[in-house]
Amino acid sequence: MSFYDELKLLSREQLKLALYSIGPAEVERALVNSEGDLSSLMALLSPAAEPYIEEMAIRAAEITRQRFGTNIGMYLPLYLSNLCANDCDYCGFSMSNKLKRKFLTADELQQEMNIIKGQGFDSILLVSGEHESKVGIDYFCSMLPLVKKQFSYVAMEVQPLEEDEYRRLVNLGLDAVMLYQETYNPTTYQKHHTWGKKQDYRYRVESPERIARSGVDKIGLGVLLGLDDWRLDALLLGHHLSYLERHYWRCRYSLSLPRLRPCTGGISPQTVLTDKGLVQLICAFRLFNQQLEISLSTRESASFRDNLYGLGVTHISAGSSTEPGGYSNPKSQLDQFEINDDRSSAETVNAMLAKGFTPVWKDWQSEWVNLA
Amino acid sequence: MLTLADTQFSSRLFTGTGKFSSSKTMVGAIEASGSQLVTMAMKRLDLKAGTDDILAPLKASGVKLLPNTSGARNAQEAVFVAELSREVLGTPWIKLEIHPDPKYLMPDPIETLKAAKMLCDKGFVVLPYVHADPVLCRHLEEVGCAAVMPLGSPIGSNQGLATQTFLKIIIEQANIPVIVDAGIGAPSHAMQAMEMGASAVLVNTAIASSRDPVAMARCFKSAVAAGRDAYLAGLGITSSVAQQTSPQMPLTAFLES
Ligand code: SF4
Repeated sequence: MSFYDELKLLSREQLKLALYSIGPAEVERALVNSEGDLSSLMALLSPAAEPYIEEMAIRAAEITRQRFGTNIGMYLPLYLSNLCANDCDYCGFSMSNKLKRKFLTADELQQEMNIIKGQGFDSILLVSGEHESKVGIDYFCSMLPLVKKQFSYVAMEVQPLEEDEYRRLVNLGLDAVMLYQETYNPTTYQKHHTWGKKQDYRYRVESPERIARSGVDKIGLGVLLGLDDWRLDALLLGHHLSYLERHYWRCRYSLSLPRLRPCTGGISPQTVLTDKGLVQLICAFRLFNQQLEISLSTRESASFRDNLYGLGVTHISAGSSTEPGGYSNPKSQLDQFEINDDRSSAETVNAMLAKGFTPVWKDWQSEWVNLA
Repeated sequence: MLTLADTQFSSRLFTGTGKFSSSKTMVGAIEASGSQLVTMAMKRLDLKAGTDDILAPLKASGVKLLPNTSGARNAQEAVFVAELSREVLGTPWIKLEIHPDPKYLMPDPIETLKAAKMLCDKGFVVLPYVHADPVLCRHLEEVGCAAVMPLGSPIGSNQGLATQTFLKIIIEQANIPVIVDAGIGAPSHAMQAMEMGASAVLVNTAIASSRDPVAMARCFKSAVAAGRDAYLAGLGITSSVAQQTSPQMPLTAFLES
């Protein structure tokens, strides 16, 4: 049974009712019995847990320190392309947006990599919009070996692919795939994805299973917080995570928790997730899953990010650009979304060190992979 | 109800047939335990004689038989015993036990996985007896075993759940039933395994070697039922969090500003 089938058996109405009728006793119970328990996750995500935010933070900080020490993994996104054949009403790359479109040639890619490498990064996230013909599997296959030559850990955040396509990429050295569901509410999903292949909700929900079968090291899950009720979306994300851990135990999992940000032609959030809400969410997931990696992008402000180290976040990007070629030619107005923390990576790292945390640049050795 | 392969069991206590003083005590104890699945070593059956002091009374008692491969020292021998038992007893159910080490009877993980794969491919309902090794249990699930049977402590040692930490991980991760086997020496051990969320326990020595096996079987029956009920009701938690002192500067103070 795929997760899509499991999801169909869950009643959204009942889950929502349960989530909003949780009382303090259930939260207190969840605080000490949180690991791997979906009903505890529900309690910790509920409005009733808000007054317990400090207790949650103390516990989350303890667990995070025990499991990850003071380490914070450093990565940087590299945008390969802003071409996209979809319309998603929250994204600056939407096809109907008037925007200069480009995808990187091998030379341009090399230039970008030199700059990123020069800042000390060894872990990279390749990002692109969804454009089958120009930026499809063949393009990825031709670019990946170049990237793998320079970076030990290579992740991708592109359109969902077929299982054998993932396998081809893994054989070329791909380490991780990030693929966010955006929302687990099919109605809301349809509303925001108005054109293109991404409209296929089921294909997207089942993608992490195809990715897992390809033998990749890590899978990144996430929802776009603000599209729908964030508490319920986060809870279903927890269900998805535990399904995957049960069935594909050789993979590592990471979580991204992006809040909807302004972008050209984009919508504003339906439900606003406050800073406090985001802290609750991060702590809830840390209490639910001790091993889970949680990454935080530059969508969040500098001061907010600096306060989140230790509460559960394990990976951050710093000094990011969200446009293709943006490291060599900044501010060409091709961005996917506006960046909030615009400090350089050096500035970010200094602030991190001042808080007692340690940036980890290299945490992987590519030669060990695919030896068989 | 516990479902194993295609069979439902209302009792979560499985028992064995070894070490009883007489077959009468054995049958009495099995009946008192309420057990519906009873394991039996194929090597004990006297196939040539045709009659047997174990098999006949067991058959008459109506419990489901779970032949085991105890005595096998490698995968090949275990598969041979399983084939034999399917032929003689007419059941594809097999408790896979491979222990090349005659002193502690520690199960061999490598040969067990090998044999499990072969037997699953041949259509057996395989219940492997293994060390409490979470990764091995994952592998056994993947090759198609109907359940896993991790040990609590060395077989026959009555030492209880020495492997508790690892049993917890196995129970958390498994998509198939987890039956704690070996080492359960007292009803409290069985209850503890059930409280942790084990699907069932298998108890033999503790019952058979008791002064009054029939009474002890009854004690295990209630312990297993109580442990299961406690698991379902949700245990209260012993907490260290409540006594914790808060950091001088609250971790979430930045949210107020
Ligand atoms: S979210 Fe992805 S698919 Fe949708 S428009 Fe943006 S880049 Fe294209």
